Amino acid sequence: MSMELIKPGVNVDFVGKMKYAMVLSAVLILIGIGSIIYHGGFNLGIDFAGGSIIQVKFSKNVSADQIRASLKSTKLENSTIQQFGENEFLIRTHESFSDQKMLAANVEQPLTAAFSKDYEIRRVEVVGSKVSADFTRKAIIAVIFSWLAILIYVTWRFEFRYAAGGILALVHDTLIVIGAVSVMNMEFTINILAVLIFVIGFSINDTIVTLDRIREIVKRNPKQKLGDVINLAINETLSRTILTSLTVFFTVLALYIFGGPVIRDFAFAMLVGTVVGTYSTIYIACTSVLLFDNLQLARMKRTK
Amino acid sequence: MIKSLPIRIAITAVVCLAALYFLIPTFFSNLPSPLDKYVPKEKIHLGLDLQGGMHLLMEIDTDKALEDIMERYSNDLKESLMESKVRFRNVEKTQGATMSLELTEPGGKAALEKVLKDQFPDLDSSSTAHDGGQLITLKFNNKRAIDLKKLTIEHSLETIRNRVDQFGVAEPEIIQEGENRILIQLPGVKDPERAKKIMGQMALLEFKIVDEENSLDEALRGNIPEGDVIAYGTRSDKSGGERSKVPYLLKNKTLLTGASLETAKVQISDRFGEPHVSIKFNSQGATDFDRITNENVRKRMAIVLDGVVHSAPVIQERISGGQAQITGSFTMEEARDLAIVLRAGALPAPVNILEERTVGPSLGSDSIRQGVLATIIGSLLVILFMVVYYRLCGAVADIALVINIILILAALAAFRATLTLPGIAGMLLTVGVAVDANILIFERIREELRTGKTARLALDTGYDRAFITIIDTHITGIIAALVLMFFGTGPIKGFAVTTIIGLLASLFTAIFITRVIFDYVTWNFNVKKLSI
Repeated sequence: MSMELIKPGVNVDFVGKMKYAMVLSAVLILIGIGSIIYHGGFNLGIDFAGGSIIQVKFSKNVSADQIRASLKSTKLENSTIQQFGENEFLIRTHESFSDQKMLAANVEQPLTAAFSKDYEIRRVEVVGSKVSADFTRKAIIAVIFSWLAILIYVTWRFEFRYAAGGILALVHDTLIVIGAVSVMNMEFTINILAVLIFVIGFSINDTIVTLDRIREIVKRNPKQKLGDVINLAINETLSRTILTSLTVFFTVLALYIFGGPVIRDFAFAMLVGTVVGTYSTIYIACTSVLLFDNLQLARMKRTK
Repeated sequence: MIKSLPIRIAITAVVCLAALYFLIPTFFSNLPSPLDKYVPKEKIHLGLDLQGGMHLLMEIDTDKALEDIMERYSNDLKESLMESKVRFRNVEKTQGATMSLELTEPGGKAALEKVLKDQFPDLDSSSTAHDGGQLITLKFNNKRAIDLKKLTIEHSLETIRNRVDQFGVAEPEIIQEGENRILIQLPGVKDPERAKKIMGQMALLEFKIVDEENSLDEALRGNIPEGDVIAYGTRSDKSGGERSKVPYLLKNKTLLTGASLETAKVQISDRFGEPHVSIKFNSQGATDFDRITNENVRKRMAIVLDGVVHSAPVIQERISGGQAQITGSFTMEEARDLAIVLRAGALPAPVNILEERTVGPSLGSDSIRQGVLATIIGSLLVILFMVVYYRLCGAVADIALVINIILILAALAAFRATLTLPGIAGMLLTVGVAVDANILIFERIREELRTGKTARLALDTGYDRAFITIIDTHITGIIAALVLMFFGTGPIKGFAVTTIIGLLASLFTAIFITRVIFDYVTWNFNVKKLSI
């Protein structure tokens, strides 16, 4: 007897619960949008907004307030200071220190004055406004382009209504992950962009497996109602969908727990993406195929 | 698919052995002497986020370079027009890379056109009537302007490569990005501020004569004599080290530049133990220097670096032999860096630093430790899960998984791709996708077994049915990663590259290699029941 997470012959009526799913998705997306409005837009990282990040590690106990006090009356006076692991801090500012002497005058000298040599500057990132504007433009292009590229591929491999369902799911996933990033008040960095594209890849992956099965069942049994076909396809592939999602979820969880502070945000967004991607495969992609089908039927009736 | 099992086993063996071969230098750094000739040299290249170092994106101000060239053209044109006896006035470089002049004679236009055609074919001219004469505006024609900008970038790349060489960084990466940007990656740099200064300094060395016939005070009040320019130098107060600005009135004409240098090195002067930079001209430079000093004995010669006067010694006598010294109040390090940039040559245009990322070596090693730990734990979780859930079949998938990871690492080493922290994340993700392929196959096989098929038939059908789905999922994954790659800079590119390599490897390991193992086992042993 082999181990089975989902027993064969299981038959959950996913399509019947479509309405609840749509409400849930709408609520999640609205929460995200609400959070973005509440926070006054995105919390853009320096990659997209320009500015500087300085990561400093101290060899003794230091508080953020002490650091802020030491930076008083420098250009970093109004910077955000965030604890980042043990005795390690991130100092962020929208000032970009392209001049060589700026860093020494605004960071090293005041820190040395306050903490003598008990610190180490571990990372400095400075992004000028030209580059950040470039990144922003490229990021938007990248996300939209990846949607389009996948739309084209899926249309070619399947049919347009399948592809449209898949893309709807991708837009849905992207919006929810962006919303989650905003709710957690995480910085929107290049790494988060990479997560968005990964989630797009992961979600379509799942969707394709199920769409494949829908197509197979339709071929085998063309008379069956599309709603039943979709339900059957989701149920038949359910065990695979859950298994794969779980394995990816656990590997990303390992990244989240052990990967260190630098990629924690990255891993968090990925965890959200994994869950949402799986959910959207079942509820958004497949059911919207049905929706598109109904729309087409309605239009055909009208033209008659 | 290839039918013959021995051929498939051979392909698998060759691929695995080749992968291990490329990984030898990564895992065994010091091979004994005769052996090391037979293995590749390339280790897996770690990104700056893992080994520490500096990433600089600089923009070359090519417009400024064009303006400078136009400035030189305006001087040359002035001389040519005088030689050709064309009457003109007010030749000057105007806004942007253009120059203007006025022709005072009616026949001047034709004479000018001839000079332009013969000596300055790359200039376009346009004219308007002005004050009884003609006002001529000259600019580079489009093709020439593009060429000059391209040359400026090439020259800058060359200069920066030289400087990095002189600075002594192992495995630097210097590439052009876009039209006028240069990306510099310097792994393991200990002193980023200093590196940035050396890379970003224009280092234009000029020798000019100090104008002592006209009054400096008058010039400072705004009446700068024609052909003169005010430049500043710094003088350090011996007692406090406080530096103050000192103005100089210089003849604008540059007599000699750093381009005529053969070498530059740091020396310690005997009397005060202060460092200075001693320079040696190349043979043409030495001849020019000889002539210039001869013509200007008793005058002061200013040594100007990037517009700042370093010193303005009096020329005591004609200097032959092409040796000179740049003094100033240097620290040892300043003198050494100056010698480096002088040897490497000047940048043809000013640069702006657009982006800078520096990662300290301790952060890099922390990151690599955590990244590797996460990958190992994540992979172990997956491996364990597969064995528990799919038993022996799961173990087969695990073998494929391990080979997959080895293939990714080998490909990174062989193609000199860079492993970054997001790259490690990408690797972990492909582990997930590779496992997914096997889960797809195994779930299919289970379905087939449930319909009562034999082990052999269920295997075949399972693989066949799952095959097309696996191809689709991999290709969409690769499409997403390709988009990232075109977008990507640094770390993101690393993520995209490992994901693409991983997906390609996974197609091979999850479909091909597992099938080889299953076929070998089921054909050689009479397997009635699959452990799945």
